[in-house]
This record gives sequence, structure tokens and C-alpha cells, in this order.
Amino acid sequence: MPLMPQPGKEISYPRILRCGDRAIGIEFSDAISETANLEVLSLDASLTAEPIDGVLETIPTYRSLTVIYDPRKIGGAALGEDLMQRATRGGAIEHTGRLLEFPVFYGGEHQADLDELAEMKNMTVAEVIAMHASAEYRVYMIGFAPGFAYLGGLPEVLHTPRLAVPRQRIEAGAIGIGGRQSSINSVPGPSGWRFLGRTPFKLFDATRAEPFLVKAGDRIRFHGIDADEAKDLDGQVAAGTAELKEIAE
Amino acid sequence: MTALLTILKHGPLMTVQDGGRYGYRSRGVSTSGAVDRDAHAIANALVGNDPAAAAIEFALMGGSFSADRDVLVAVTGGACSIEIDGQPVSTWESHILKAGETLSVGGLQGSVWGYVAISGGITIAPVLGSRSTHLRTGVGGVDGKSLATGDTLPIGSTAKLSPRTLGTPYLRGSGPIQIVPGPQEDYFDEIAWRAFLTQPFTVTQSRDRMAMVLDGPKTEAFKGHDIVSDATVLGSIQVPGSGKPIVLTADGQTTGGYPKIATVISSDLTRLAQMPAGSRFMFRAISADMAEELFIRAEERLVAVIGDLRKKP
Repeated sequence: MPLMPQPGKEISYPRILRCGDRAIGIEFSDAISETANLEVLSLDASLTAEPIDGVLETIPTYRSLTVIYDPRKIGGAALGEDLMQRATRGGAIEHTGRLLEFPVFYGGEHQADLDELAEMKNMTVAEVIAMHASAEYRVYMIGFAPGFAYLGGLPEVLHTPRLAVPRQRIEAGAIGIGGRQSSINSVPGPSGWRFLGRTPFKLFDATRAEPFLVKAGDRIRFHGIDADEAKDLDGQVAAGTAELKEIAE
Repeated sequence: MTALLTILKHGPLMTVQDGGRYGYRSRGVSTSGAVDRDAHAIANALVGNDPAAAAIEFALMGGSFSADRDVLVAVTGGACSIEIDGQPVSTWESHILKAGETLSVGGLQGSVWGYVAISGGITIAPVLGSRSTHLRTGVGGVDGKSLATGDTLPIGSTAKLSPRTLGTPYLRGSGPIQIVPGPQEDYFDEIAWRAFLTQPFTVTQSRDRMAMVLDGPKTEAFKGHDIVSDATVLGSIQVPGSGKPIVLTADGQTTGGYPKIATVISSDLTRLAQMPAGSRFMFRAISADMAEELFIRAEERLVAVIGDLRKKP
């Protein structure tokens, strides 16, 4: 049989992942870790600083960087070697992201989920909100839909399995929990996550000068606002005058 | 005044597609563009457009169209009956559609994705650098939606209308669908791999612009069917817990949490996507080096076809 992969082999990281004839991945870990994600973002940054001819796009995810290339300009084998060299050459890995503060109207159309979550956790709704708003989250990756942010840093108490049956439509801006991850929904669509509230800010708006609000590596804090404040902000967001607060460090 | 194309009758999943939306996969934006890039590029070339110009894609059933100015039209993607004001004309060549005449496009026989290119191209406003429609997220196209009867689309201006035909035939190849194992090839043991490479798969009805679900031997991942989400690409073969592989096509999402046993090579993905439901085929594993070579050759073949269009007598 041709090219039968060898299961059970010891895996050492980083390693190369073959993704067909136009993409190659460098994987740093099999689990979610901030270190692995920083390595991914650092390798990605190196490709911006010192580009490789033939590289078309890069996709940083939790623990791997996938590089799309043009085989007419560079072969995957040579590209993989270059990427492995960069991945293993060490050096300081810097935290680069911004620290952003998102206002959240907890409850609202998501009150039922919030109530259920409180019951499951044997907490009051106020305690669930306080717990969610106390943490600092990190954008591990953008994926699944335009601008959709996968966040790490959800307090363990709030880790909750996804719904068995996804719901058909969850609005943009909804703040969700899926397993050990948190998220900010970016476009309306089906979802099996549980939701605590919503932010008036739009993670994706193709008509904006900068269509994407956050990027991998950014850190996020949430703070609660009431229904009136949310409504005011909705208006400002629609008018293009709302500004997301960046916290200086 | 801008010339307009009117959709007199729409077919299912009829959308505006161009060469694709590039540079935004890291931001969660799918590439989109024509499912059958070659057929789309050839249709455009036949009407004198850039191969990546925006044209109309349809699934299985065509529709009817008219323009308020004389234009060139070409229909590609597969065999189907087309008529201009009731007169049968041929696919895979361009024809003059006079202002007010009706182009009727029937059902595709033996393929799934068809293209209608109009000289001047469809000139709706691009979103993130592309006019392609991504239905699930509502990006691009006409309000991110599929086309409906009564829609009017702006079309670009054209010089002289000279109908063309192919000098070099466009052939799609045959035989097994070739794959490059990975990125999660080690989630599958020898038994799973043996079944995957030696038993036939069937194309099911569950398919759209995003993905196609296959039926065949149950493909089991001994390491489990959940991974920490990582990037997907066009041609990624995801294997969820059902054991039924899902092949990602033009509108495929950018990341996913299922292990990917392999990637369909670029030059075979179109052939697979064009197989009607019920088609049976085998997978064959090849090296990434070989797959790159086949991609380069396929690109050269397309350039040769587009470079050898002949003026019709």
C-alpha cells in the first residue's frame, strides 16, 4: 500500500503537517497552550518580517501555523525546511496583542441560557456574570466565520459542554461558552454554544475601513453594561462613532 | 449608462462568483469563488473577460437571462441544452446575445456546477477584494444572497463582440481521486487506512458550495474525532464521529475541529466536486511532491486551453 502512515510513532514538536499540494502546517503542540500559540504567532510574524517568495497566505490557529503557497514558486519540501528552521531557532517570543475592553449587556435575549448556567453551576446569575467578567481572555485564533474570535482564559468553573442540538440563529455580538472556550460571535448563524449576553461592537463589518476588530494575540476583558447603555452603544456603533477601549499597560 | 443583466428565471444555488477572495483566511473568511475554477475561467475567456471576472454559477439547473445591450455569453461546466430565443446553441463556446433576447440554460447532464459568463463581467461592488458570494456568512455577491428571478446585475463594457470556441479541448481526467495523506493521518490506524484506500466511496446528496459528504466504509479515527481546531484548506477531508468523510470545497470554513485524514489534490478536487450524487470512486494516496507536480501541469493545461481560443467562422 502506498504511503501508509505509521501510527503510534513518538511525536516531537514542532513538526510538519502536510495539507495537500498548496498548503503546509507547522504544529507546536497537540493541546491548547499559551506558549504554543505564542510560538505560532511568532512564526507568523517572522513571515511578515522576512517573507518567503511563493507564500500566499498564513493561517495561525491555536497550536499550528498553516501556510498556503504557490507550488510554481516554491516546493512544500523546501518551504517546510525553512519553516522548521524558523520554528526551532528560538529567541525571545513577545506578547504583542492589545488589551481591549468589551462592554457586555449580560442577559437580555440570552437570559434563559444565563439562568440555566447559574443553575448548573449552583451559583447565582450575578455570580456567573462576575466570574465571567473577572477573567482576562486571550484571542487564540480567528476562524470558522469572518472575525469570529476563539478565546482562551475562561475560568474553569464556567467550563460547560455545548448544547446537544445547535440553535439555528445566534446574532452577531453574542458572548458564548463552548466547553473550555469562550467566544464573541461575529456574524449571525447557527451555534451549539451557550450564551451569556451580547456586546454592541461588531467583530466583523465589511463596510468598515478595518473590517476586523480583533486579531489573534489580542487580550480581552469584559465589563457589564445595562440595557440603556447597550442601546446607546448600538446607535453609536451603527453611526460608526463608537470606539472600542484599548487599555494602556 | 451601465448595462444590466436580468435574471428572468433563477436556478437553485445560483450565485455570483469570481476567481475567489484571497488573503483573509486568517480572519475567518472563506476563499469562495467558483467551485469549478477551470470551467469558470474558460467561460470568462470565451467572452473576452479576465479568467477571474465575476460570472454566474449555478447548481444542476440553469435558468434564463437577458441583457439590455448586445453581449457575448458562454456556458461551461458540463453538458446541458442552451437556447437563445428558442434556437439551440452549443456550450463551451461564446455566442452573441442581442439586447432583449433570452438565453435559456437547461439542466446539467453528468455534472453539478455550471457557469454563465457575460462579456464585460458582472460589476457589482467587491467586498474584501472579491465579488464572490459566500452564502453562509452573507459576504459578497448581491447582499450575500443567491440570485433570484427579477434580480438585475450591472455588467461591464466590452469592445467588439467576436464569438470564440475552444481550439484545444478541455479534458477533466479520470481514475481514482488522488489525495495527500495528512494533516491528521496518524489519527487513523492501518485498518482505517486500508479501508479508505481500497473500498469505493459514493457521493451523497448532502453537498453544497461548502462541502460534500461521502458514503463508504466507516472511517474511524482511533485517536478520536475531536482535535483542537486548526486550519482547513480547499480539499481537506474531515472525518467526524459518523465516520462519513466531509470534503471541503470553495465555501469551506477556514478552521475545523475534526481530524483530517487527507487532502484532495487541487487538480482532482474539481473533478470530485463535479460528480453527481450517487457517483462511486476510489481514493489513491500520492506524495505531496507528486501532487505539486500535477497541480503545475494542470495549471499549464488550463493556460494552454485559454491561450488557444479560436474565432468562430
